[in-house]
Amino acid sequence: MSQAEARVRGGRLGLEFLLSEMKTLFRRARTIAMLGALAAVPVLLAVAVRITTGGESGRGPAFLGDITQNGLFVALTSLVVAIPLFLPLTVGVVAGDTVAGEAGLGTLRYLLVAPAGRVRLLVVKYLATAVFCLASTLVIVIVGAAIGAILFPIGPVTLLSGQTVGLGAYFARLLLLALYVTVSMLGLSAIGLFISTLTSVPVGAMAATIVLSTVAQILGSLPQLEFLHPWLFTDHWLEFGDLLRAPISWESFGDNALLQAGYIVVFGFLAWGRFSTKDILS
Amino acid sequence: MPDSTAPKSSASTEAAIETTALTKTFGRQRAVDGVDLRVPRGSVFGFLGPNGSGKTSTIRMLLGLTQATSGDIRLLGAPMPGDLRRVLPRVGALVEGPAFAPFLSGRANLHRLDTADRDAPSASRRDRVDAALDRVGLGHAADKKAHAYSLGMKQRLGIAGALLMPRELLILDEPSNGLDPQGTREVRSLIGSLADDGTTVFVSSHLLSEIEQMCSHVAVMSAGRLLTQGTLDEVRRHGVQRIVVTTPDGAEAAAVLAGLGLEAATTPAGVSAELPVDDTEPERITAALVAAGVRVRGLQVTGATLEDRFVDLTGEGFDVAG
Repeated sequence: MSQAEARVRGGRLGLEFLLSEMKTLFRRARTIAMLGALAAVPVLLAVAVRITTGGESGRGPAFLGDITQNGLFVALTSLVVAIPLFLPLTVGVVAGDTVAGEAGLGTLRYLLVAPAGRVRLLVVKYLATAVFCLASTLVIVIVGAAIGAILFPIGPVTLLSGQTVGLGAYFARLLLLALYVTVSMLGLSAIGLFISTLTSVPVGAMAATIVLSTVAQILGSLPQLEFLHPWLFTDHWLEFGDLLRAPISWESFGDNALLQAGYIVVFGFLAWGRFSTKDILS
Repeated sequence: MPDSTAPKSSASTEAAIETTALTKTFGRQRAVDGVDLRVPRGSVFGFLGPNGSGKTSTIRMLLGLTQATSGDIRLLGAPMPGDLRRVLPRVGALVEGPAFAPFLSGRANLHRLDTADRDAPSASRRDRVDAALDRVGLGHAADKKAHAYSLGMKQRLGIAGALLMPRELLILDEPSNGLDPQGTREVRSLIGSLADDGTTVFVSSHLLSEIEQMCSHVAVMSAGRLLTQGTLDEVRRHGVQRIVVTTPDGAEAAAVLAGLGLEAATTPAGVSAELPVDDTEPERITAALVAAGVRVRGLQVTGATLEDRFVDLTGEGFDVAG
């Protein structure tokens, strides 16, 4: 296969379209600002702990105290802080904007006339959102580890199961955590994509997506609704502790991935059903 | 004249656009009502109508953006929206004003549009984007963010987007919107040069003089219905012609015209009368006037302008159709 043929094939598969879409997304000031805000979470957290604890340690929640013992805990703590609100907020903005944002700008009609293909457009938009999910969790983990290393002593880390691992091995676990959290956000992204096909007002789609993530978490905290919990896309959001054991237990990772895949399939089909025949009047 | 190069409409020539009983309803309102449009290949086709007459609704259906409530569409010989994937790469379009990501440069916007087209080869992308920008005179502003563009520049960028690939058909909705007279003239000459290359150009507009200057064919829409279509001359010929006689002897001239069966009205400068189609030749009237001793200073047959014809057909000026 010649290079030209490979390129044509890449164009047909939409790889170049996806690349261009990601460039568009990550060049946008709003996206950069959101990633910056996420990066600020570990920075603020670490600085605040550093200032308030001074010499005496051991006050405040257990894991905040841990930070002073080992700077690498900043990354983990920041993820835990960001998962309920900050992450769904930024993911909701990106996912809610996918189709509605194009409709609002009027560029949707030009993409479709190009022709981008409606299914192809949805897939590309979804994949770009997934890449954003990965980027946002990586920002928290990497900035968290970096600022922790700057402000606090770092060293070998004791896992939840009692063993101690070196810096490199722990950082690899942190990356695995980022992957876990990324997977956690994929269901929400699919919901956002679907909502985004319903309107040409992007702010509405973003708000609805974010509200849904909050509602799911509230429902998940009510013991009376326990029958519902396994079906909530937020159900496994905080269950990444298994990845901090040795040997790693993949059970919660698998459960979470299966649940998120279910949401992707259901809301992906809903989005397709809605969008493939929708009259584009914007 | 583009007219001479346009193929004669006949059943054997495949039309660039052909619709059959095309209808679109929104709730109770029939936005497009049984439209049978036929746009011959190679024509520059003016699509006229007051605001709200269904032009843009028709264009959206042609491009597969909305689904027809009933009726059929064939674009470049293939059914739409069934063959959308095969047809649309050969069609460039400007629909209801240009639209761009404001935070990207003009060049980046075109680049993005081009990657969306799965038939557009990436190897030549950079060159094609530059060529399209140059063709609409935006080369110098290519790296400015789109939000900094004036309305006219956005319009040009929109047209550039339609020209990224060689197209067999261009569908341009109000292409001169927001352009200054110089820009309007440039768009006109651009459309002329595209038509010379054999591209069929379908232009919707409410600027009648604009259409009259560049189109070989026209169609007139009003309230969702297609009132007439054909070559520019065919459509104009159906209009009422008037004869205007400039003379100090108004009363005598009126009497002569009355003798020929014409109903004359006196004007400050003379008389004028409606001229029955293909009936009374102007030269006969001139002879009769001179024979009657009327001092004729001027005699003019005002062929119906497209505007006269338009007002005749739609019964309105440019009021928005309810």
